Amino acid sequence: MSDSDSDDWSEEWIPYSQRAEWADVVPLAQDDGERPIVAIAYSPKFREVFDYFRAIIAHKEKSPRALELTADALQLNPANYTVWQYRRDILRALGSDLYEELDYLEEVIRDNAKNYQVWHHRRVIVEMLNNPSKELELTEVALERDNKNYHAWQHRQWAIKAFDLYENELTFVDRLIAEDIRNNSAWNQRFFVLKHFGLTPEVVQREIQYTMNRIRVVKNNESAWNYLGGILRHGDHGTVNRNVEVISFCEELYASGVRSPYLLAFLIDLYKEQCLQQTNEADAEVLSKKVYNLCSDMSKNHDVVRRKYWQYVADQLKLKLSEK
Amino acid sequence: MDFTTFAKPSTVDTNNDKSNSDLHFWKHVEYIENHGKDQDDFEYCMTEFLRMSGIYWGVTALDIMNQLDRLDRKSIIDFIRRCQCPVTGGFAPCEGHDPHMLYTLSAIQILCIYDALNEIDCEAVVRYVSGLQQFDGSFFGDKWGEVDTRFSFCAVAILTLLGRMEGTINVERAVKFVMSCCNQTDGGFGSKPGAESHAGLIYCCVGFLSLTQSLHLLDIDKLGWWLCERQLTSGGLNGRPEKLPDVCYSWWVLSSLTIMGRLHWISADKLKEFILSCQDNETGGFADRTGNLPDIFHTLFGIGALSLLGFEGLKPINPTLCMPQYVIDRLGIKPQILPKP
Ligand SMILES: [Zn+2]
Repeated sequence: MSDSDSDDWSEEWIPYSQRAEWADVVPLAQDDGERPIVAIAYSPKFREVFDYFRAIIAHKEKSPRALELTADALQLNPANYTVWQYRRDILRALGSDLYEELDYLEEVIRDNAKNYQVWHHRRVIVEMLNNPSKELELTEVALERDNKNYHAWQHRQWAIKAFDLYENELTFVDRLIAEDIRNNSAWNQRFFVLKHFGLTPEVVQREIQYTMNRIRVVKNNESAWNYLGGILRHGDHGTVNRNVEVISFCEELYASGVRSPYLLAFLIDLYKEQCLQQTNEADAEVLSKKVYNLCSDMSKNHDVVRRKYWQYVADQLKLKLSEK
Repeated sequence: MDFTTFAKPSTVDTNNDKSNSDLHFWKHVEYIENHGKDQDDFEYCMTEFLRMSGIYWGVTALDIMNQLDRLDRKSIIDFIRRCQCPVTGGFAPCEGHDPHMLYTLSAIQILCIYDALNEIDCEAVVRYVSGLQQFDGSFFGDKWGEVDTRFSFCAVAILTLLGRMEGTINVERAVKFVMSCCNQTDGGFGSKPGAESHAGLIYCCVGFLSLTQSLHLLDIDKLGWWLCERQLTSGGLNGRPEKLPDVCYSWWVLSSLTIMGRLHWISADKLKEFILSCQDNETGGFADRTGNLPDIFHTLFGIGALSLLGFEGLKPINPTLCMPQYVIDRLGIKPQILPKP
């Protein structure tokens, strides 16, 4: 943390106490009660900037120089939400050019992409401008650096929802999934977009194909399997066992020797549902055997860590069958 | 986080680590107690905006370790009193900052641990929290209007601790909003409707449902399976698929599973091993993962997770409120916890 003060007092930075235009302000030191008066080795710049910041807050000063001061303070500590709030107050009071603020934020976000405050500030400014034209690009750049950045995804979803920017989102998601097939955030975004357009039977069918194709590439992909389950349950009233194509897809994978825990978990769900729907006792028996065998295979071989979960799944089915 | 001003002169022999061969108990106590003492105050300034939470992390961890008397109750309570905003009733992280739901919860949690709610204006806190509820049932974090399921949790946690859930907020709408953040694909929760499932936010939502006695709304098996899937071969838990394991996520997943009565679905031994591997055996404290620098945040969640796993020498912790269980009992609060099936 302390390496950020290495360039303190560099040539280009003049202390506020030495600036003529700040001569009228008396810096306000923090009153921390019993704060130890130890040698301040950490950062004279830090202390000075925040002492001046406290002074302008105390005087409720909203001026161009106060705006500049907040930028200095935020450079030192972008997580300080009180400074961000005061900055917004100043921007409003001055009627500042908010497009300049967007440019400024682009830079700040580049360096602080995992900071709640910067993204919130961005959102407030976009709302004030009522113009989201730069948001998709901004978040795209952030996601290029970290394709699971939660803040960037949240901001993107907000902009898409608030300004109806769904149109090309599926193309974007496609690209991200192509780049990293296990990117759970991208799969989540896919669901987010399709839910908006409506998961009609045609869309469900198309998505099933899409997902099966992706699973063919990487079999042990948690995100894709969860997505497949979500899509199927959405189309089939909460069950996963009615799509013949999916069933044969899974059974073929299993027959070809794939033992991904996600495949096995999916088969267990599928057979369990079929078993409970089955009216013919002998068929139900066959299906329940399949479930028990898969559960036992999971707990003994493929997912030993979670063996208690698999025992529970088997026990639950036994219990339900006995109640039938 | 700086506890220098709150620490009392040390009285306990700190060379007593033999009884806890795997947990460096006294080193952690020392770490929390002395945090900030040996440092210049750069970090003290950098973390000013969350100091209230920092104190909560330290106070709770020390209480779980039965060492709360090492901190000076009076100076901490005085600090908290100074942080209550006279206008809104909410708490700032530290003097000179704006109040926020997050720090209001931390302040109330500390006061409950010290049995000192009478020291502040509780009615003002209730007004602050209920004033942040929106028409759709969600909560703002402060007057600036950010909505997040974290704030739904904070709101009901504060009101529960104050014994003021009844008639202060619209619980039905609050529940509806949280459930609208549940994802059909994996049964988890995100920060807002449509946002990706995330273990920290799942903890907030499961905790919220526990406090509003609404756990029946969860798809326990589906969410439980997704949460167990967070356990990696290292034994540690991650917060989302394909992310690295982390001590704080270990707490969030573990506490959610505990609330759901499914703690036994993961391997406790492997998790214990992972958490202990994140201790700094020189300075004390826990890091996010093995080999990284410790901090007070991960120290609480390391200690808290070990307590949930029944580690010897630690007081039981309440999974919903992340506070010592005896405090919750003293307040007569019963967050919903599902039985083991
Ligand atoms: Zn962490």
